[in-house]
Amino acid sequence: MEDSSDGTSTTKHKFKLFVSGMSVKSGHAIENIRKICDTYLTNNYELEIVDISRDKEQAVIHQIVAIPTLIKTHPEPKRIILGDLSDKEKVLYILNLSE
Amino acid sequence: MQEKTKSHSFIFPKTPTGVDGLDEITDGGFPKGRPTLICGGAGCGKTLLSMQFLIKGITEYDEPGVFMSFEEPSDDLTLNVKSLGFDLEQLKKDKKLVVDHVRVERSEIEEAGEYDLDGLFIRLGHAIDSIKATRVVLDTIESLFAGLDNQAILRAELRRLFHWLKTKGVTAVITGERGEATLTRQGLEEYVSDCVIVLDHRVIEQVSTRRLRIVKYRGSTHGTNEYPFLIDEDGISVLPITSLKLDNEVSSDIISTGVPGLNEMFHGGGFYRGSNILVSGTAGTAKTTVACYFANEQCEKNEKTIYFAFEESPHQLVRNMKSIGIDLEKHIKKGILQIHSSRPSLNGLELHLLTLRKLIKEFEPTTIIIDPISNLISVGSEHEVRSMLVRLIDMLKANNITAMFTSLNKQTDSFRPDLAEESVSSLVDTWITVRDMEGVGERNRGIFIIKARGMGHSNQVREFVITSKGIELLDVELGPQGILTGAARQSYQFKKTMSDIKLQNEISRKDREIERKRKVLEANIEALRNEFESAEEELSILKATEELQEKLSSKKK
Repeated sequence: MEDSSDGTSTTKHKFKLFVSGMSVKSGHAIENIRKICDTYLTNNYELEIVDISRDKEQAVIHQIVAIPTLIKTHPEPKRIILGDLSDKEKVLYILNLSE
Repeated sequence: MQEKTKSHSFIFPKTPTGVDGLDEITDGGFPKGRPTLICGGAGCGKTLLSMQFLIKGITEYDEPGVFMSFEEPSDDLTLNVKSLGFDLEQLKKDKKLVVDHVRVERSEIEEAGEYDLDGLFIRLGHAIDSIKATRVVLDTIESLFAGLDNQAILRAELRRLFHWLKTKGVTAVITGERGEATLTRQGLEEYVSDCVIVLDHRVIEQVSTRRLRIVKYRGSTHGTNEYPFLIDEDGISVLPITSLKLDNEVSSDIISTGVPGLNEMFHGGGFYRGSNILVSGTAGTAKTTVACYFANEQCEKNEKTIYFAFEESPHQLVRNMKSIGIDLEKHIKKGILQIHSSRPSLNGLELHLLTLRKLIKEFEPTTIIIDPISNLISVGSEHEVRSMLVRLIDMLKANNITAMFTSLNKQTDSFRPDLAEESVSSLVDTWITVRDMEGVGERNRGIFIIKARGMGHSNQVREFVITSKGIELLDVELGPQGILTGAARQSYQFKKTMSDIKLQNEISRKDREIERKRKVLEANIEALRNEFESAEEELSILKATEELQEKLSSKKK
C-alpha cells in the first residue's frame, strides 16, 4: 500500500453509501461513486452500500435524513455528502481528490 | 368506529390530548389521523405541549407514540420532562415510546446533486411500526431548513411527509417557531392546515401569562378565544375563560353563617349552599373574623373547608382567632380545614386560579374562603381579575362549593361600594358589608346586608362588638334619630334607665296619691251616709208624728 504511485491515495479510503431500495437517485449515486472511485482511487477503497429500507437501524445510528447519503469514514476528516453525486467537481473537491 | 361516525349525529373523529382543558376547547382533542401544527415563539411550551400529548396518550389512552426531535437529544428531553413527573426511560422500555433525535449539522454536511428525505421517512416509519404508534410528534421540523441548503427539495419533501403521515393514519403534532409575518418561519401552515394552534407568551406589568389560541380547525367547532395556560409541576393546563353554560344545579339547603345574630338577618336563616358570599369592608372591620367564623361553623359540621389567606400565615391566623375564642387548630388537626397562605404577587393570576383548582380537585372541599380577594386585584388589571373571578366562581358553582370572599375596600363616605368591589359584586349571590361608623370620638363596627339573592333580608345596620368571646351582634336600639351605636347607644340606654326610674317614681307617687284620695273619698262617703241616715231618721219621725195626728183627728170625727 505504501508504495502506491498515486500521492492522494496513500491511505485507503472507506466509504459508506446509504441508499433506499431501488430508487432512481440511489442508482445514480451508486453509479457515480463507483466511477469516481475507480478513476481516482483505483483498488484503494472500500465502498459499503447500505440499503436502509432493509436495514432501518443503520439509518438511526448514522443519523441519516436524506437519501442518498455518502459518508467518508476514513481517512479523517469525516465528510458527509448528500445527493446523487452528479456534481462530480464538487464531490472531488469535498473528498479532496484530484485528477 | 367508522360505522359509529357515519351515524346521523356525525362526530368528527378526534384524538384526546390529555392536556387539562385543551380537550374542552377543541371539543375533544386534535383531529384524528391528521397533522396538527403548534407554533409559537421561544419558550412558550411547544415541546412540552407536544410531549404531554404523547405521554398522556400512552398513560391515559394506551396509544403509543413517537417523538422525533430535531432540536434536543433524547437524554436532554428525558431530563427536561422528568421534573414534570414523566419518566420517558420507563415508557421507552415498555415499548410505548420511541424518541429519535434527528441531528443535522450544517458544518458536517455537503450537498452534491439531487436527494430526498427518504432517510427521515424510513426512520419515522420504522419507529411507528416498531411500537404500532398512533401519535407522532415532530419537534421542530423547521430545523431542517437550517441544516440543509436545497429549500426547494425540502419544501417538496415536507409536503410529501405530511401527506404520508395522513396515509399512515397517525395523529401528528408538528411544532414550528413563530415567524415574523407568518405563523411559522417557513410557512409550514401552508402544508399543515387541518388544525393550527398558536402559543403565545406575554409579559404585562411584570407578570407573564401564556396563552393559547386555535387559529383553525377544519371540520370542527372550537373555542376561538385566547385561553391562558399554565405550566407547573403537572405539565400544561389550559383554562377556558368561561364555561359556555350557566346551568349548574342549585341547592336550597341553608347553611349557617356561624355568627350568632347574623343568621336572623337573613329571612332564610343563613346562606344557600353553593352560593358565593362577599364580605367587604374597610381595614379593620373584622372581615377575616367573619370569614373565620364561617369557616369554623362549617368545620364544626364536618364540611371540608379550604381557607386561602393572602395576608396572614396559617399560624398567625390560628393565633389571632384563638384570641376571640375560635379554635381553628383542632379542625386542621382533624383534617377538615386547610389553610393556604401565599403572597398574591407570588404568581400570576392564572397560576393562583390553577392552584385553587388543583386544591379543589384534590381536597374536594364544600367550602372555600378567599381572604381577601381584593389582594388579587393588585396582581392583574381589573379586566383580568374579573375574568379570573368569573372562571373561579363558575368552577365553584359547578362543584356546588360555598365560597366566601372578603374584600378590602377604600374608605368612602357613602355606603356604596368602590370600584374594586364592583368588579365582583355582580358575580356574588350574597353581599355583606362590615363598616366603620365613626361618631363622637369613637369607632363602631356595623354589619349589614347589601344583597342576598333569593332570600329576604334585614335592612338594618347592626352594630357588633368583638370581645374575647367572639363576635356579638347587639340588639337594635332605635333612638329618636334612627339606629344608635356605641356611646350614643350607651348614653341613650343610660337616659332610658334614668327616665325609667323617674317614671317608676312618678307612678308610685301617683299610686300613693290615689290611695290618699280614695281615703278622702271613703271618709266623705261615710259622712254623707251618716247625714243621709240622720235625714232618713228625721223623715221617719216626721212620718210617725203625722200618722199619729191623722189617727187622732179621725177619732174626733
